[in-house]
Amino acid sequence: MVSIKKLHKSYKMGDSSLHVLKGIDLNIKEGEMVAIMGSSGSGKSTLLNIIGILDEHDKGDYTLDGVEIKNLDEKKAAQYRNKFLGFVFQSFNLITFKNALENVALPLYYQGLSRKDRQEKALFYLDKVGLKDWAKHLPNELSGGQKQRVAIARALASQPKVLLADEPTGALDSGTSAEIMQFLQQLNDEGRTLLIVTHETDIANMCKRIVKLKDGIIMSDKKVKQVRC
Amino acid sequence: MIDFGFFREIFQSINKNKLRTLLSGFTVAFAIMLFAILFGVANGLQNSFNSEFAGDANNSIFIFSGRTTKAVEGMQVGRKIQFDNDLYNTIKKEFKDEVEFISGRVYKNLTASYNDEKSNYTIRAVNPDHQFIEKTDIIKGRYINQLDIKNKTKNIVIGKLVWEDLFKGKDPIGKYIDLSKIKYKVVGLYIDQAEGSDSNEERIIYMPISTAQQIYGSNDYVDQINLTYNKAMSAEQAIAFNNKLVKRIKAIFSVAPEDQAAIRTRNQAEEMNNVSQFNAVLSILVLIIGFGTLIAGIVGISNIMIFIVKERTKEIGIRKALGAPPSSIVALITLESVLITAIAGYIGLLMGAVVLDSMKDTLKEYWITEPGVSTTLVVGAGILLVIAGLIAAYVPAKRASRIKPIVALRDE
Repeated sequence: MVSIKKLHKSYKMGDSSLHVLKGIDLNIKEGEMVAIMGSSGSGKSTLLNIIGILDEHDKGDYTLDGVEIKNLDEKKAAQYRNKFLGFVFQSFNLITFKNALENVALPLYYQGLSRKDRQEKALFYLDKVGLKDWAKHLPNELSGGQKQRVAIARALASQPKVLLADEPTGALDSGTSAEIMQFLQQLNDEGRTLLIVTHETDIANMCKRIVKLKDGIIMSDKKVKQVRC
Repeated sequence: MIDFGFFREIFQSINKNKLRTLLSGFTVAFAIMLFAILFGVANGLQNSFNSEFAGDANNSIFIFSGRTTKAVEGMQVGRKIQFDNDLYNTIKKEFKDEVEFISGRVYKNLTASYNDEKSNYTIRAVNPDHQFIEKTDIIKGRYINQLDIKNKTKNIVIGKLVWEDLFKGKDPIGKYIDLSKIKYKVVGLYIDQAEGSDSNEERIIYMPISTAQQIYGSNDYVDQINLTYNKAMSAEQAIAFNNKLVKRIKAIFSVAPEDQAAIRTRNQAEEMNNVSQFNAVLSILVLIIGFGTLIAGIVGISNIMIFIVKERTKEIGIRKALGAPPSSIVALITLESVLITAIAGYIGLLMGAVVLDSMKDTLKEYWITEPGVSTTLVVGAGILLVIAGLIAAYVPAKRASRIKPIVALRDE
């Protein structure tokens, strides 16, 4: 599903440049649940952004579901993001003036679906995350866990090939975290491919494979026994 | 099929951010209101000017005579210059290409009576062309014609106010009026729309010039010669013609060329020239100030749109992460701006019109008549507003579309 070879990325910082990713090789197959770990500055978020086509790599190859991702213009990039990827962010990133249903329906709007189809589909995914009764509520009327579940519903709505989660439990207490992770595990059980960036070991242990990053290179990449919550 | 979803997006963003919308809308509405008031006042000023000079045909030249102020060829200063039929015929013949209509005028003041009614009126004895020079509108009967001149008939044409005084609303045509003991037949009734209803222009009695010359002077004297010049002439050509005419008349009467008092003219071309120059200056001034106000409005909304984009950076990032193409971001920002500008602009225009309307009577005292905004202006302003909205949003929208989703998402 995701195939990365000798991936490099550096950021320009004035005159000098910061080499963040120094030759990453990574293959993720369909149905995997992978945790990317590392301390801050290890390049894990940069890697996720490149996989999410939110950022561009300098060197190396990146293929997503058989499509080579290289030198995309903004329009194409937006199209691929919409078609292939679903995002779950640490800070939820819901649009504050839209209610839960409208937030979930937004990626479907960019897919060009009719209003009726959008509403129907969005409601279906809200139901899936258990928030059907909260459809008309604005994000600030929801708890942290509820917000993240709306974000997950939104990520699922466009039926992406890969679900990318950047510290999905970073802003949640441990109880709510477990609840969210349980839900993500359930999605994986249904066959979805998940990629989760985290720095917490117990969160990583809830995945099936852990990739550890340090200073822009992969230190270890091993399958683990999944801890169910 | 039209995608209403897009408009729903914009209305939602406007609706959910009322203060922001109100602020930007106010800037535009205020600018347009000022623009409308300015335009209306300038319009009113021009209306006043135009009506002031609309009374007579605006290509007319009136020629008057006076007394000489310079000695020439041994003749005394203070000699009275008297026009006559010869001069009328000379001008008519020599300047037949330049002259459109020409008429002499003889003035008299006579007492008119009909049955028991009696009053004093100014009599103007004229040629038939006079009707077109003075823009006299016959509403009943006819004007003085060539036969009247030839036969020196005792036919007269009376103004509306004369008719009201003497006839009390009864049909005057064919009736006889006493003018200082001589009976005249009323053949026509006129109004003078250009000068306005009930003006003194409607308190005048016209008679054939030949009749007046015979009865009241036994001479062929003419008090004044009025003419209109060929409309094909430009203002400059008309002024040149005027000077040529004066020179010729001075030669006929042996008046010194530099004598300003003996032969005088009132040339509408000169006055019209001044008026149109004044109007042009006024228009330019209004345009400059108006466009200044508009540009201030555009800059204002542009400023607010930049701020809005800044404020919505994160939202734009989210939209992009979810698959919004750059074009949809540009359209979102631009259309919001156009919508706010257009609606607020029309509110401003309306407010301006209301203010102008409520100040109508006050403004009249300051020589501003019928200040108002025309339909053309409203339509034009509508188009201008949409363009203004587009310009105002272009830079911010372009900036928004270039935001990288990753940068936007980091924005707190």
